[in-house]
Amino acid sequence: MMTHEALIEVVGLVRLFGATRVLDGVSLTVGSGEAVALLGPNGSGKSTLLKIVATLLRPTRGTARVLGHDCVREAEAVRAGLGLIAHGAHVYDDLTALENLRFWTTLSGLPADRERLTAALGDVALERHAGIRVRTFSVGMKRRLALARLSLARPRVLLLDEPFAGLDQRGRKWLQTRLEAFKAGGGAVLMATHSFGRELEIADRLAILAGGRVALDTPRGALGSDDVQRLYAAHTEDAAL
Amino acid sequence: MRYARRALIVAWKDLVVERRSKETLNALLFFSLALLFVFQFTLGPDRERLAAVLPGVLWLGFILSGVLGLGRTFLVERDNDCWEALLLAPGDKSAVYVGKLAASLALMLVVEAIVLALFTLFFNVDLGPALPGLALVIVLGTLGIAAVGALFAAMTAQVRTRELLFPVLLLPVLVPVLLGTVKATEALLLREPLASVAHWWQLLVAADVVYVVAGLLTFDVLLEG
Amino acid sequence: MVKVLGWLAVVGIAAGLTMGSAVAPREVTQGNVQRIMYLHVPAVWVAYLAFIVGFVASVVYLARRRDTADRLAHAACEVGTVFLGVNIATGAIWGKPTWGTWWTWDARLTSVAVVFVMFLAYLLLRQAVEDPERGARYAAVLGIVAALNIPLVHFSVYWWRTLHQPPSLLKPGTSAMPPSILAALLINFAALALLGAYFIARRARVLAAEAEALA
Repeated sequence: MMTHEALIEVVGLVRLFGATRVLDGVSLTVGSGEAVALLGPNGSGKSTLLKIVATLLRPTRGTARVLGHDCVREAEAVRAGLGLIAHGAHVYDDLTALENLRFWTTLSGLPADRERLTAALGDVALERHAGIRVRTFSVGMKRRLALARLSLARPRVLLLDEPFAGLDQRGRKWLQTRLEAFKAGGGAVLMATHSFGRELEIADRLAILAGGRVALDTPRGALGSDDVQRLYAAHTEDAAL
Repeated sequence: MRYARRALIVAWKDLVVERRSKETLNALLFFSLALLFVFQFTLGPDRERLAAVLPGVLWLGFILSGVLGLGRTFLVERDNDCWEALLLAPGDKSAVYVGKLAASLALMLVVEAIVLALFTLFFNVDLGPALPGLALVIVLGTLGIAAVGALFAAMTAQVRTRELLFPVLLLPVLVPVLLGTVKATEALLLREPLASVAHWWQLLVAADVVYVVAGLLTFDVLLEG
Repeated sequence: MVKVLGWLAVVGIAAGLTMGSAVAPREVTQGNVQRIMYLHVPAVWVAYLAFIVGFVASVVYLARRRDTADRLAHAACEVGTVFLGVNIATGAIWGKPTWGTWWTWDARLTSVAVVFVMFLAYLLLRQAVEDPERGARYAAVLGIVAALNIPLVHFSVYWWRTLHQPPSLLKPGTSAMPPSILAALLINFAALALLGAYFIARRARVLAAEAEALA
């Protein structure tokens, strides 16, 4: 269902933190049914870019639009169509899986009847843990719970910050399948990642962030992990010069 | 109404988490009990003197408990990045403020009811006919404390010097509430009718309106992190 | 523009000093120490004016997120706090020889003291938050709440001291104020307001320069 509608549009994004120009003119688009992998060394601004698109940070200059809405001026409209999976699990340790779902769906103004919530838990194979406090969950289980929450919210855009970190082999495979299904349904994915491994298989395009800009924006095509690593080294070294 | 549902779910979440972690309520109760003893020992056994300072001492206890308890309202949001998740959940963010306010208010009222009962027991005070008026004053005063407290708690939750900064911000701002509640309580304990202290509880109502409206309008700015 | 303000302030102060020390009549019972009133009273008026400016600037900052509004709010609240400090200090200096005490918990002094502490807390908040953008937002909210609280503080403290109690002594010439005294007060108020505006403008400039230096 590739309608090529740009769901994420970032133009000339600049973000200063005091004296540091973390982002210095970033432009990027992600279309419907597309996944873009954002690569870059630590401190290259991947998380900052994601946060701006997620309406968590305001840019110093430039614009970011999601689903046609400006991230600063129409933040609530953006939030209604967006899902974020980042470092924090976004769960309350003292609530059960079901209670967490109930809280977040109600807060987002969505229907939160028991059947719907239990079904969502079933989709991520957590229905047996519905009544168990999240404090005891593993990283993978918390990530699955986050996905259950997102599946209830039905976002059209997914922002991911190192989504495969801390997952075991099975968890990674499972997440990959989920993301493929999301793309197939017309969703757009922007994923910040460190790894060059199999996780990149989900990406249709690669964007390498260096020197505060997109140093390279290329279709992933048939690039293997070694190719990617070479490109990465080339562009991040150039930027350092 | 969706706004009410959202505010209620926030209040529900806070109360459930509090009941299960038992962090705040127990500490507040023990603190209040300790205050009771401290007051008794520092003020001496003179019955008359105690009766005279009882309103002030009572509200001092309430406010100090509030300072302890309210400062922690947003700490739970720091775990697992729930703070940013609260911001990301679509909808009017002032509903989160209302929910937090409601939960804090409920907690504080529970503590205050217990403390009041203990005070009347230990200092042998007969509340009798003053109770309805007193209940009104306590609710109005606590609402004011919680309304400002929730706002300032959001401000200080992510600051390193939170434990010091929160009371420093809160106490000066609460002077009108403190004065209003103490003077009204004083009059009520002397069996004066509520109408005689109309200006005091009207001040409390005015303060409550100002604080809650300010909170509703500015909370989302604080949630931005 | 700021320089003009500065010079106007100097002229104003000169006029004010003349009015206060020479033109206005010598108070019968208190003597010349009463002349400190011409600094003491206008100082608190200017302070409250500054807090109103701070309030408006804070609202503008939250609505528009312009850094100039934030710096104006910061400078205004700071200068206001300083003028309140002047008011409290001159009040004490006036009070000691006149009434034998540095301090009394009468309505006016107490409410000024509470507002003073409220805005000291504002300055503390500014210092405590490391991220400048977050600090600006938080300070704006606090500035708004504190300013809105000023009338509540005034009424509550005034009722606390005056109801069931005789009115306080420290009321500088409320009834039958001779025109020269009123004139002196108003001239000094204008002078201090100009001085305050000058200080605010300079302070806002310094804040802007500090922000530049970091960038």
